[in-house]
Amino acid sequence: MLNLTCPNCGITADETDLHCDGQAHIARSGINANDDELENYLFMRDNPKGVHFERWRHIYGCGKWFNAARCTTTLEVFGTYSAQTFTPPKALINKIKKKRPNWEGFTK
Amino acid sequence: MSRYSAFAIAKNAFSYHQGWERAWAKPEIKKEYDVVIVGAGGHGLATAYHLGKNYGITNIAIIEKGWLGGGNTGRNTTIIRSNYLQDPSAAIYEKARSLYETMSQDLNYNVMFSPRGVMMLAQTEAEIRGYKRTAHANKLQGVKTEYIGPQKVKELCPIIELSGPRFPVLGALWQPRGGTARHDAVAWGYARACSDMGMDIIQQCEVTAVTQNNGKVTGLQTTKGSLKCKKLGIVVAGNSGHLANMAGFRLPLESVSLQALVSEPIKPCMDVVVMANTVHGYMSQSDKGEMVIGGGTDGFNNYTQRGSFHHLEETVRALIETFPMVSRLKMLRHWGGIVDVTGDRSPIISKTPLKGCFINCGWGTGGFKAIPGSGWAMAELMAKDEQIGLAAEFGLNRFQEGRFIDESVAAGVAH
Repeated sequence: MLNLTCPNCGITADETDLHCDGQAHIARSGINANDDELENYLFMRDNPKGVHFERWRHIYGCGKWFNAARCTTTLEVFGTYSAQTFTPPKALINKIKKKRPNWEGFTK
Repeated sequence: MSRYSAFAIAKNAFSYHQGWERAWAKPEIKKEYDVVIVGAGGHGLATAYHLGKNYGITNIAIIEKGWLGGGNTGRNTTIIRSNYLQDPSAAIYEKARSLYETMSQDLNYNVMFSPRGVMMLAQTEAEIRGYKRTAHANKLQGVKTEYIGPQKVKELCPIIELSGPRFPVLGALWQPRGGTARHDAVAWGYARACSDMGMDIIQQCEVTAVTQNNGKVTGLQTTKGSLKCKKLGIVVAGNSGHLANMAGFRLPLESVSLQALVSEPIKPCMDVVVMANTVHGYMSQSDKGEMVIGGGTDGFNNYTQRGSFHHLEETVRALIETFPMVSRLKMLRHWGGIVDVTGDRSPIISKTPLKGCFINCGWGTGGFKAIPGSGWAMAELMAKDEQIGLAAEFGLNRFQEGRFIDESVAAGVAH
């Protein structure tokens, strides 16, 4: 069972209390976006084998959104953080780099 | 290759069955091939088989990270059906189903195809409407299905409880020529036929890089050395995103875990396949007597080949209402497979931005039934280098063009 700590209310909830909504930090393409950009925004996903940043919602709790960094091959959770940011916090990125030296880093 | 037959069994009995030759060869990897297929699962092997059989291309290597058929080919619930709503899906799945009918003879390998009939239960008003619509669509597509009422359901499957209360059975979409097959035998049969045509199946060989020159694929780096190829086919299901990353393009896919479980073997009690999509559960009885149960997918990206326990709980909780006798069964094993799911729940059989590189992926939760049709379509695509035939509508460009083959609506859920 996957356990995540909601940074909004501080409660550690298991996955039945939560809902995952896929890759985080996807920038919405603007009104002038071409077909490639729109396709990228709507459909293309990183789907990495390893470190993944994703959006979660504490649906059966405080109801708020947050982001999580998780490994898709071990299910290890590196940390959770506020959804009100364009990039993951530096401290979290450093923590992941220490644990996964071969990780190529956060790319947008 | 010596043919398998009743006569061969009798002949080999005289030498205490010590004289059978290997079903497929174990060759050393060569430096150059016309075609390299990555992934020796059902879809990869079927692609190689049809490249050889339909187009005479046999200088092929099939590279496999693990062992033959050890991914989703060996992890599914072996259901074969073709009652899809959209025309392109019905065409490819019906092609696959029809190839399953003669597969044992074609491959000279018993894949134990059992067209026992597949029943998809309608348990809500919306499902009744959906399945009636599918039945009408199937009529136009030439796929033999019919919508049946609850009495016929009970007649075909006496152990079913019709009255609910949570999920009453209101009817079903019935495909009499759907069924099951022995999943491992499908991979083994194809492997034997490919090996017989002179193709090299290289197991325990992981691809580490895709080499390219001027936007054209030139070969692969693997854990068993580098090799050159003119054409490359990537057929790796859950790991497609990973391979595409090496080849330098992105895919509209997410990999999630899908689970299944089997019970202890019991006496024959159910001779059809029953799928209940509202509750994400499907069940059939294997020839060994085990009840084979498929569940739903996890809600998050996952490469671990195991899933969350609560999904199993949901599946079983719903199934014991529809099949009360299941409640006393012990479950023997449960496992997960990594399925690659696209936005419209339809596969991708496509050219890629890298010239000479083709991809077959996105089968999501319903790949086993499609194996022969998928191989047929992928072989045509690779041989002719054109997005035509059964693969015509399944190109990567459909996402940009907004031309979805929307089976997520048709199937409602995992399919």
